[in-house]
Amino acid sequence: MRIDNHPILDFKRGKEIRFIYDGKEMVGYEGDTIASALHAAGVRVLGYHHKTGRARGFYCAIGNCSSCLMTVNGKPNVRVCVEELKEGMVVETQRGKGELK
Amino acid sequence: MKYTEIAVVGGGPAGLSAAITAAKYGAKVTVIERNNSLGGQLRKQTHKFFGSQKQYASVRGIEIADILESQLREYNDNVEILNGATVLGLYEDGVLTIEMKDRYIKLKPDRIIVATGAYEKFLSFPNNDLPGIYGAGAVQTLMNQYGVKPGRNVLMVGAGNIGLIVSYQLMQAGVNVKAVIDAAPKIGGYLVHASKIRRLGVPILTSYTIKEAHGKDWVEGATICKLDENWQMISGTEIDIDVDIICISVGLTPLADLLWQIGCEMKYIPELGGHVPIRDENLETSKKGIYIAGDVAGIEEASSAMVEGRLAGLCAANSLGYIIEDFEEEKQDLIEQLDSLRAGPTGEKILNGLEKVTKVIAGRYGYVD
Repeated sequence: MRIDNHPILDFKRGKEIRFIYDGKEMVGYEGDTIASALHAAGVRVLGYHHKTGRARGFYCAIGNCSSCLMTVNGKPNVRVCVEELKEGMVVETQRGKGELK
Repeated sequence: MKYTEIAVVGGGPAGLSAAITAAKYGAKVTVIERNNSLGGQLRKQTHKFFGSQKQYASVRGIEIADILESQLREYNDNVEILNGATVLGLYEDGVLTIEMKDRYIKLKPDRIIVATGAYEKFLSFPNNDLPGIYGAGAVQTLMNQYGVKPGRNVLMVGAGNIGLIVSYQLMQAGVNVKAVIDAAPKIGGYLVHASKIRRLGVPILTSYTIKEAHGKDWVEGATICKLDENWQMISGTEIDIDVDIICISVGLTPLADLLWQIGCEMKYIPELGGHVPIRDENLETSKKGIYIAGDVAGIEEASSAMVEGRLAGLCAANSLGYIIEDFEEEKQDLIEQLDSLRAGPTGEKILNGLEKVTKVIAGRYGYVD
C-alpha cells in the first residue's frame, strides 16, 4: 500500500523498477529499498528463522537489527531494509543461515 | 591507508554539525555515512522542531537535513563524504576500517568524532517476533521516506514523544491508530503531541501493557492488559484489539559498539538510555582524540545532538591547533544552548544522567601522540 495523499510530503515516484521475488515479477520505484517495495506489494514475511522456522520481517528498517535478511542475486544475509532496489534483482526468501558460494 | 585529520562517523544531525564546524575552522574532515544520503533520521522527521532559532525551531526535520547538507557542501575543499560506507571497526592504533560498496578501506584519522546515534529498544511478550511488529521509527521510515503504509490498523506501544509523534504521522498517512498504550501511569511525551492525537479520537491508555500478539505468520491482533501500581497485569482486564501492525516505541539505546571496541570507559546510565561513554565537557571520551556527539552520548533529541556536534567539532579542531580566536566564547555559547535545551522536567532526567558521566579525565591515553 503506497501513500497517495499526504498533508506534508509529496511523493514523487521515480521510474518503475522490475525485480523478481521468489520467482514472481514485481514492480517497485526508483528510491525504494527492497523491503519498502516488498512491503508496498503486501509482502511482510522476508525469511524464516534458521532454528525455529518462525517467520521473520523487518524491525528497525534502518540497518541495525538484521531481522530482514534475504538472499539477493544469490548472496545470502542481505539487509533488505537498507538495500537499494535495482532493475532485474532476484530476491528470495531466506531459510536457514545462508551459504556463501 | 587513507589519512584524514578528523573522521566523523555518522552523517546524522550530530555528525553533520560536527563536520560543518570542524571544516569551518579549517580542519580536513572525512564524514563516513552508511546510507547513500546524509541527514540520518532527520530524513523521516516531518514534524517541526522545538528549541530556539539556533537549533532550527519550527523547521521540519526533513528540511533541517537539507540545510545541514548544504552548509557542509560550502566547505567542500575541506570535506570528504563517504556515502554507502559502514565503519566495521576501530582499532587500538586508531585505524578505522570501512566497507564501502564492497571495498575494504582503512582510514587513519588524527581525531575521531563518533556520532553513530541509537537504535530502538525491544519489548518481550509472547509472539513479539511476528512480522508486523515494527519499531515506531521503522514505521516512520517506511512512511515518510519511502511513501509506504505499514498496514491498516495500528496499536502503538509507548506514549513517549516518538510514540505520540509517529501515531500522528500514521494518521497523516491515512492509517488508523486504534490505541496508544503505556505501562507508566502517566504519558511520557509532551502534552502538545498527546492532545493532537486525542483530538483525533485516539485513546491513550496509561497503565496498560501488551500481553501478547496474535497471528501465525504475521500480526492478526493483540491483547492488552491493565497494570496495577506494582506494574503487574490485572487478570480480567484484558482487551483484544483488531490490528495488523504493532508499533514498539519503548525508547532508544546508544549505538556504541565502536566505543566499546576501542575501550572507552563506559557506564550504565538509565537516564541516558543505556551504556554511555564517560566524557569531559569538550565531549572527549576516556580515549584521547575520540569525541562523541548526539544519541551515542546519551539519548536526547536532534536539537541537542546538533549542538553537541558543533561542540565536538569545535573542540576537535581546536585540539589539532587550528587557531580559533574566540574558542572559549564559542564553547560557552554552545554549553549554554545545551543548558537551555535541557531546562524543564524532561531535561532534569538528562542532567541527572550527565552528571554521572561528565568529569575531568586525567591521565587520558590513546593512539594520539
